[in-house]
Amino acid sequence: MKRMIVILLRNPLSLLGLILVLLVLILAVFADFIAPFPDHRGAVIDFVHFNKPPTSRNIFGSDLVGRDLFSRVIYAYRISLILGVVVLAIATPVGTVVGLLAGYLGGKFEFVLMRLTDVFLSIPPLVLAIAMMGVLEPTLLNAMLAVTVMWWPWYARLVYNIARSEREEGYVLAAEVIGASTFHITFREILPNCLPAIITKMTLDMGFVIIIVSSLSFLGLGVQPPTPDLGSMVAEGARYLPDSWWLTVFPGLAILVAVFGFNLIGDALREIFGADQ
Amino acid sequence: MSDVLKISDLYLRFRGYTGVTEVLHGISLNIRAGERVALVGESGSGKSVTARIVLGILQELRTAKVQGGLEFEGRDLNKLSASQWHDLRGTAMSIIFQDPTSSLNPVFTIETQFAEVLRRRDAKMSDAAANARAAELLNSVSIHDHERVLNSYPFQLSGGMNQRVVIAMALANEPSLLIADEPGTALDVTVQAQTLKLMHDLVEQSGTAVFFISHNLGVVREFADRVYVIYRGRIVEHGPTAAIFDNPSHAYTRALMAAVPRITGGGIPDIDDVDTAFLDPMVIHDGGAT
Amino acid sequence: MTPILSLKNISKTFGSGDQAVHAVRDVSFDVFPGECLAVVGESGSGKTTLANMILGVFGQSGGEIWFDGELLPARRALEHRKAIQLVQQNPLSSLNPKRSVGASVRLGLDVYGIGAKSDRWSLVEQALQEVGLPPDYRRRAPAALSGGQRQRVAIARALACQSRLVVLDEPTSALDVLVQARVLRLLNDLRGDKGLSYVFITHDLSVVRNVADRVAVFKSGQLVECAPTREIFETPKQAYTRQLIGAVPVVAPEELRLRNRLASEETP
Repeated sequence: MKRMIVILLRNPLSLLGLILVLLVLILAVFADFIAPFPDHRGAVIDFVHFNKPPTSRNIFGSDLVGRDLFSRVIYAYRISLILGVVVLAIATPVGTVVGLLAGYLGGKFEFVLMRLTDVFLSIPPLVLAIAMMGVLEPTLLNAMLAVTVMWWPWYARLVYNIARSEREEGYVLAAEVIGASTFHITFREILPNCLPAIITKMTLDMGFVIIIVSSLSFLGLGVQPPTPDLGSMVAEGARYLPDSWWLTVFPGLAILVAVFGFNLIGDALREIFGADQ
Repeated sequence: MSDVLKISDLYLRFRGYTGVTEVLHGISLNIRAGERVALVGESGSGKSVTARIVLGILQELRTAKVQGGLEFEGRDLNKLSASQWHDLRGTAMSIIFQDPTSSLNPVFTIETQFAEVLRRRDAKMSDAAANARAAELLNSVSIHDHERVLNSYPFQLSGGMNQRVVIAMALANEPSLLIADEPGTALDVTVQAQTLKLMHDLVEQSGTAVFFISHNLGVVREFADRVYVIYRGRIVEHGPTAAIFDNPSHAYTRALMAAVPRITGGGIPDIDDVDTAFLDPMVIHDGGAT
Repeated sequence: MTPILSLKNISKTFGSGDQAVHAVRDVSFDVFPGECLAVVGESGSGKTTLANMILGVFGQSGGEIWFDGELLPARRALEHRKAIQLVQQNPLSSLNPKRSVGASVRLGLDVYGIGAKSDRWSLVEQALQEVGLPPDYRRRAPAALSGGQRQRVAIARALACQSRLVVLDEPTSALDVLVQARVLRLLNDLRGDKGLSYVFITHDLSVVRNVADRVAVFKSGQLVECAPTREIFETPKQAYTRQLIGAVPVVAPEELRLRNRLASEETP
């Protein structure tokens, strides 16, 4: 534990990642208190202050209907983080269970589960999400569903690989000789050894989910107006470059900051856990 | 007789997150041309890192701090650049590791690996010349079906065969010093016995000095001319093999000797595996190092 | 005396047809209560396969295994598993790195329902003390222990299960010689105190000479020779046995004399 903190703080990059992620978290959680115009996250029109470059009133400028961009970016962070948490909260356990069972039990389980996983893995993630959204109504809930469905196989594969190699270890043999149940061996013996990799991947995935959802929204398939989403904001603003540059640049930077921060922490975690292996 | 290897007052420290760990506390040893010298100790004694320091590969770790005299054939190793030291490895000094099969690259044939070794000394050696020399070397380790072995991959050969191949490669460029880090430990006992006898004969013929690192006293007794006993980074006893085995004087050496089970019986002795007497000052037998 | 373990014509074949590997062929021997039987062989001798069959890791291709007068089925019941336990060679791999040492020892107690749930931690602590470790070690991770200490935890794990027969697969081969001596003494003492029987698998003949009552020598899946320890070392009947003893690197002059004597005697 102490070692973990030392590594996180000593390395300038991981320290930066930590700061960025904390920044994003604080903005998202305390959006109601930090945003200068909290109601601008909804449908508000203010033609007095519309399409204005950054000023002291609107530090990121204002959008085409006069809403404060800074407030909208903060609320968009909140949506992105919620999305990320929900997707991972479902995809990770599902993928982990599939991977554990396939990896430890082998035989027919392995065959069926991993071939199923392969089917999902063989389709490019974004294409799968777009295809699903093409069929479903474009709502936030459906976007989350689509992303979750394409996400779990990556965890299945990751955990499968680890479980496959851990099953040859002495402690698994010891548990088998004792006669422990399959449930015990997979969840109480093997799973703890998969956790470092899972946690590292989850951290990196937060950034990745934000990008995927932003991409879907950019294509109009994700979050619908008036709900703020970083990807949608970039899409709308792109038409007005380079004149109303702030409409695209600030949301874009916001995506960058969040993804970069999560990536840096993920790298640091990999270093911390990697050394144990 | 001049020294092939001379280590003087060698210190090794590692810088970690929790502070500095001292691994070697000023060890000194020397090996003369054609001598077989063993460094005996248990795990954590520092014997393996010593070998890696002589080769110059430990110093590549950023957390390692090495201090002390290192002379090879009269040259000060500390003054060498990384590439000069690299040139010595595989030519003037070579090393054999514990597990022969994992010492060989699994995706290349033996032939290719021999060629790589031989070209360390003569970069322009032709394939034909390399193969001819490899065949000669295989003969010297009693491997006679050259074609089959040269065309094989390491996983296709037995552990004992791979060990002989590795020995042949290590002696290919006629090094002055061969470092053997626990050789044969991964092998069956009958194969290990054959391998050691082979090494013994080869080394006598070629006059190569051997720096033999081991935790196995029996093997050391059969192979080495002189023995250094190392405990927790300090040399505690050294002298000619016969002297050490007939008359072990330091508390640690005596504990080690007593703890080895005998094939003639006698039971398992009651020994403390940690004793303050192990930190007693060094004992040197006559006929030991200068 | 009824043997506690009896193997009758045991064989094991892996694969089939051209690629069949006969790991164990028609092996029969007994282990008597309270004794230590050494199983000696080099790689490919089938000793690990034999151990796995005794432990019920997989079933045999042919033959019967009897425990304490009862025929053991291919799928073992929990009470049979409880009676036969394993101590492995590699103490680092045999303990789950992500669980405390106490949790690893406790597993058997939970599976076999030994003691009341609330008593189990104190049973774990008792087992740790019996192998010479402080009871509070139960909270430690395996990485915080030395090789010898980990191996003692593995022994405690077998003890906690209240087993009667322990299969020890190269239990001290990965340990330094001083630590090995302590662990071997511990194993000897425990065997006497608790009336345990050991199947002690190893390639190290010098250890065998000092811990085993009887020795079974294996080569290529077959039993070559089985006799009391003294007999095997002083008057071995098979050439292979002589070869094995002759290859042991020895330390003391009397050992050299024994080896030389054996080398000069040829088997007819």
